[in-house]
Amino acid sequence: MDAASDSSPNWQLEIVGERYRLTLSGDWTTQRGSLPRFPADGLMATRAARALVFDTGLLGQWNSALITFLWEVQLAAESAGITIDSESLPSSARKLLGLLPASRSPQAPLRRHKFNPVAALGGWTLDSLAELGILTELTTTTAWNTLRAPVGRSRMRGVDLLANVRDAGPDSLLIVSIVNFLLGAILAFVGAVQLEKFAAGVYVADLVGIAMVREMAAVMTAIIMAGRTGGAYAARIATMLGNEEIDALTVSGIPVSSYIILPSVLALIITMPLLYLYGCLVSMIGGSVVAVAMLHVSLAGYVTQTLGAVPFNQFVFGFIKSIVFAAYIGLTSCRIGLKAGRSAADVGIAATRAVVLGVVGVIAIDSLFAVIANAVGI
Amino acid sequence: MASDAPARGPASTSAPILTLRDVTLAYGPKLIQRDISMAVRRGSVFAVMGGSGCGKSTVLRSMIGLLRPAAGQYRLEGEDYWAANDQRRTRLAMRFGVLFQSGALWSSMTVGENVALPMQMNTRLDAASIRAQVELKLGLVGMLQAIDQYPSELSGGMKKRAGLARALALDPDILFFDEPSAGLDPITSARLDELILNLRDGLGATIIIVSHELPSLFTIADDGIYFDAVTKTPIAHGSPGYLRDHCGHPQVRAFMQRLPSNTA
Repeated sequence: MDAASDSSPNWQLEIVGERYRLTLSGDWTTQRGSLPRFPADGLMATRAARALVFDTGLLGQWNSALITFLWEVQLAAESAGITIDSESLPSSARKLLGLLPASRSPQAPLRRHKFNPVAALGGWTLDSLAELGILTELTTTTAWNTLRAPVGRSRMRGVDLLANVRDAGPDSLLIVSIVNFLLGAILAFVGAVQLEKFAAGVYVADLVGIAMVREMAAVMTAIIMAGRTGGAYAARIATMLGNEEIDALTVSGIPVSSYIILPSVLALIITMPLLYLYGCLVSMIGGSVVAVAMLHVSLAGYVTQTLGAVPFNQFVFGFIKSIVFAAYIGLTSCRIGLKAGRSAADVGIAATRAVVLGVVGVIAIDSLFAVIANAVGI
Repeated sequence: MASDAPARGPASTSAPILTLRDVTLAYGPKLIQRDISMAVRRGSVFAVMGGSGCGKSTVLRSMIGLLRPAAGQYRLEGEDYWAANDQRRTRLAMRFGVLFQSGALWSSMTVGENVALPMQMNTRLDAASIRAQVELKLGLVGMLQAIDQYPSELSGGMKKRAGLARALALDPDILFFDEPSAGLDPITSARLDELILNLRDGLGATIIIVSHELPSLFTIADDGIYFDAVTKTPIAHGSPGYLRDHCGHPQVRAFMQRLPSNTA
């Protein structure tokens, strides 16, 4: 190994007299692609050599790359029963070597579980049942606190409720408006193309009115709120969990259910039906704009047609649905936040789960409502 | 030409490695500290002292390049840090190792991955060499057994040591410590002090330490600066021991002797 030609790190082991001599040369820095390693069985105690000295005469710059190598030498020497003459090393390197443990970490055995479908199914079932139980308990506690709130016996602060209502209500008006307006307009477009063939353009008002009031306004508003507010709840609670804020609440005798969950869920239950009604109105405006512009229906005609087409009980149906959606989104996202892990990544996972479960759940509940409504005959 | 200490940069030992001249620090209109002038000698342990809320940590933040001073000059080995472009500043910052107050380990990674990441992103070492380096750095701070553990599984002192191993990842020549012994018991704290001194001697690094833990300051620091929270400017320079016994400022002496300031 020719060390003089360039400054790359080199080592050479030879037996001189009764000792091993390890010659180190070149620059031993960590900026290079690959560091020299010392083989674990590189030293053997022979009768000729029972000690090892270093020759650092040609050693250039060095940093922890050299220490890594020396540590390997030290470990190899120890297992071979060879004594190291560390006096021949630079004193600072000696000091660092002194800090290092006498053995390397045993390679951690990979924890690999064998997949067992029966056990997995069982575990999954148990987890689901437990989760259902927790969610039910959470729901009943929240409902109980809600009932006691008007009597003033629930320990919820009005300020928290107002702050949550503001966030869930007025602050989300803009996005609710945009989505519902466009949705109304899109439905009107789709309907206009078909209905015009039968010269029944004015029935666009019926189409938009019934579709939005009965289904779309409630579902779209709920999906927006699941993404916007549900995700925020989960992330906020998960962060509080990571900062031990939830622990502090519990220790201070402040129940998490009435301090965090109740105002959050209640705020959604209060604002969501109102947003639903608002969404219905905006979507009808969207529909009327398209109808007036494309189908030459008069605005008065559109309004009269809408009023005749959408019976009051449809509004009640949508109103009740949006309350159920609100409770579902609020409770699940709070629950997901509460059971999140404590790291930064866990906050992201919790927010994602809250949004996904919120959106899927809203649509699933809506289809359940459709079946019930069909059976009851609304 | 074997070098006794790890060779880094120009060999001149007399020139300070880091200087602040008339630096003023502020968050928007809120003044934190003004007229800071100090020079840190290469290889020294420099203490940044002062009462709670005097802006010690802010001074540290500006030195590691997280806060641009409102006025004044910050020179790193003679080079004006804030006059350099972004790329150059990143290169300069790679010479810093920072131990944050509570470790600031990346919580989604194991301890080993935490130490490996700076090397994976900033050097061209291959995976095996990085693994060896990670083991070395964790071995130096006595945390080798925790290499596959997540930060959430560690105690406060272990987090600090893991954070120290990560600070050492790129072989920095300036190490910054923000309250290294805060929240540690006296024995763990004393052990950390010893470790810091050993690392200083072994790595030949310069250490800047923000602390108000007097016992550890007397043990490890050989130079320092004292910030006043009221006048918002440094009022004393010198090693903690010197300030305790000879400082002309009664308030500083009281602080170093642990007396309530009004009795001094």
